Amino acid sequence: MTRETLLSIKGISKSYPGVKANEDVSFDIGVGEVHALLGENGAGKSTLVKMIYGLVKPDEGTMTFRGRPFSPSEPSEARASGVAMVFQHFSLFEALNVAENVALGMENPPTMRELAARIRAVSEEYGLPLDPSRMVGDLSAGERQRVEIIRCLLQDPKLLIMDEPTSVLTPQEVEILFKTLRQLSAEGTAILYISHKLEEIRALCDGATILRRGKVVGTCVPRETTAREMAELMVGATLTPPERRAGSKGEVVLGVTDLSVASPIPFGTTLKNVSFTVARGEVLGIAGVAGNGQDELLLALSGELRVAPDKIRVCGHAAGDQGPSDRRRAGLVAAPEDRYGHAAAPDMSLVENALLTGAIRRNLTHKGFIDWAATRGFADEVIQTYDVRTPGNHVAARALSGGNLQKFLIGRELDQSPQVIVINQPTWGVDAAAAAAIRQAILNRAAEGAGVVVISQDLDELLEIADMFAVLNEGRLTRPRPVEGLTIDEIGLMMGGAHGMEVAHHAEA
Amino acid sequence: MLRLEKRPNPSRFWLYATPILAVFLTMVAGGLLFAMLGKNPIAVIKTIFWDPLFGEFAFYLRGQLLVKAGPLILIAIGLSLGFRAGIWNIGAEGQYIMGAICGAGVGLAFYPTESRLIFPAMILAGALGGCAWAMIPAILKTRFNTNEILVSLMLVYVADTILAKASTGFLRNPEGAGFPGSRSFSVSSFPAASNPELIAGTGLHWGGVFALAMGVAAYILLQRHILGFQIKLAGQAPRAARFHGVKPERLILLCMGLSGALAGLAGMFEVTGPAGKISIDFNVGYGFTAIIVAFLGRLNPLGIVLAGFIMALTYVGGEMAATNLGLPSAAIQVFQGMLLFFLLGVDVLTNFRIRAAIPGVS
Repeated sequence: MTRETLLSIKGISKSYPGVKANEDVSFDIGVGEVHALLGENGAGKSTLVKMIYGLVKPDEGTMTFRGRPFSPSEPSEARASGVAMVFQHFSLFEALNVAENVALGMENPPTMRELAARIRAVSEEYGLPLDPSRMVGDLSAGERQRVEIIRCLLQDPKLLIMDEPTSVLTPQEVEILFKTLRQLSAEGTAILYISHKLEEIRALCDGATILRRGKVVGTCVPRETTAREMAELMVGATLTPPERRAGSKGEVVLGVTDLSVASPIPFGTTLKNVSFTVARGEVLGIAGVAGNGQDELLLALSGELRVAPDKIRVCGHAAGDQGPSDRRRAGLVAAPEDRYGHAAAPDMSLVENALLTGAIRRNLTHKGFIDWAATRGFADEVIQTYDVRTPGNHVAARALSGGNLQKFLIGRELDQSPQVIVINQPTWGVDAAAAAAIRQAILNRAAEGAGVVVISQDLDELLEIADMFAVLNEGRLTRPRPVEGLTIDEIGLMMGGAHGMEVAHHAEA
Repeated sequence: MLRLEKRPNPSRFWLYATPILAVFLTMVAGGLLFAMLGKNPIAVIKTIFWDPLFGEFAFYLRGQLLVKAGPLILIAIGLSLGFRAGIWNIGAEGQYIMGAICGAGVGLAFYPTESRLIFPAMILAGALGGCAWAMIPAILKTRFNTNEILVSLMLVYVADTILAKASTGFLRNPEGAGFPGSRSFSVSSFPAASNPELIAGTGLHWGGVFALAMGVAAYILLQRHILGFQIKLAGQAPRAARFHGVKPERLILLCMGLSGALAGLAGMFEVTGPAGKISIDFNVGYGFTAIIVAFLGRLNPLGIVLAGFIMALTYVGGEMAATNLGLPSAAIQVFQGMLLFFLLGVDVLTNFRIRAAIPGVS
């Protein structure tokens, strides 16, 4: 099937000081085509779509849209031509309702009553259940995304750009989204779909352009290509899935009983009656859409948030009222999600950051005085063992790329011979090769007898490394279940299914 | 157009070059100010920076340098620890006054007893007085989350009022014919409580000894001790500090208490030495100037020792300029203020580099 070309990109290049974000990129999108833009973090996907959407100006190259030269100097120009974009991070006001938020993005908004009617019409037409009078603050991440999509659809776009749309969705919500996108495509709206989730792309997209380090390294028809082939194109190397040694489970090293604690974070999520145990050699994977209590659970486990003594037991000892230092002494290490400012001090050197959590278990201080030689040794050991690419141990943490810093920070915790390891988002923003190395390192520690808790929003990652699986949903944890035998539907239901389904039925009735 | 670009690593060169650049810019802008006041700017700058060291009266003025630098360094060392941790004690002047009153009070209580134990007891009382005064904003902050900048600053004026009451009331010299001011702490009138010059002509008294010792101690604390690491960490990345295991409340109490104690010590040494007695206006704003000294010294103990001497120079030289050239003393204060202004201004070079932006590229 040959389609009429909608958008044609020829020889686009864009450089920033020190980096070539895009180099001689060319590809075409046909009318009604669902086209995937595939690549690792930092491959240049975002820069490319920002140029199409008029946020960034290309240094070289030309674009043609609907047969005419196309060089939008700002997003409103792109929108007027028929390009719409749903960003990964939403720009919505929580204190306003859906219709008001949509009106804010329009150049000439109609009356509220009329707009609400149009929102209802579009949401029913495309199977995106949404009540225009609800406050955005009360909506789930999936519902908020629908607000953004409907905002775009009201402009009747010819090309819809979606940046990592499924990272915040449950599997059921992903299905709803895909139905909508297929319908749009059938009606002639082209979709440029940015993602690194290969199975999704195979299920949805007609064509794919693969970027690596700013250049096009391949094109393929996703339905006829295996995920593994695409991944290898994307990474430029052969990937080996982590190998697991069958470690025998030992005694329980981390026990959490009926943990309820209010969030110290504004608009945070209160943890409610969270209970689980982790045994030696066991990896517990905790899934859930962001903002359902993941940060709070990490704070409670790391000791930054204190609770009653017997709520948390580390290696059999009551540890709920202990701070981070005492818990490290007891054998628990933790790695928070936010690397810049929480897990690491961005302006401090790698040596100082090694001291940050390593002081106790690696005996880096004597009577309070720092043994800098030993600390440098520890930092160098982590840098070598975990292949951290850095000019040296004196470099400030913020000078490292996200993936490299993450390797350093995970390595820093794993190299303290821990009994219990708690990690939030171990491979967030990390490229595929580094992510595989991190997962392998975690599994190795588990095989050596540590109990591991991995909190992640990446289901594939959890299913790959976890023995037990549980979901955090609005601060409640489901009963952990063995990963073996779990179906994706069951996981979806554990995650709370698709929010707002009842509205859809209501609309149909 | 100029554009600021964040450096991947803080520049080591500018870290040390910015104080020098700031002093230079202050001389230029200060020179303009003096010229507008109708004075010869070169002559004024020379009077401030050159004459106290190498001029006609340098033999006397050099000693004065240490007298002024001592309290500035002592206070600034304490403040710098808090500033590093992001705890802003602006009320060192008040803690300085309260340390002086408490130290002097203990000494006067024993008058005219002669004992070797009196002076150490006064040192202790001075430190505790300053510490206690600093604990007020510290505890209010940890308990009720008040702003320590405002509370500590306001308490300066409370301390001022107590000082006025002390010199006209409860510490007034009973044999002073009703004049305000306490008994003298000079060697001739109350030797056990006196803080004399230790080596003739140097201006060195016990306050100077403490200041230099504290400089060394603070340097070791920050470079080698885990507590110093925690102080730096709390200032740079508060969440990482909590993750490390720092209790923010404990650090606030510690830093405020320590800076208060050192300010109190400075006050006690001043009132028993160079000032000689408690009087309504024995304090000359060292507690505020020390804030400039702390920043001029890059919050680094060794830098602060150096900065203390530079600032002492502007005090001594400024007085010279006021008497010899008829410069208003307010102009000298503006001059000192400019130093902090330029320092904070050029500080941006440490973490950013300036680039000429090519028009049309964003």
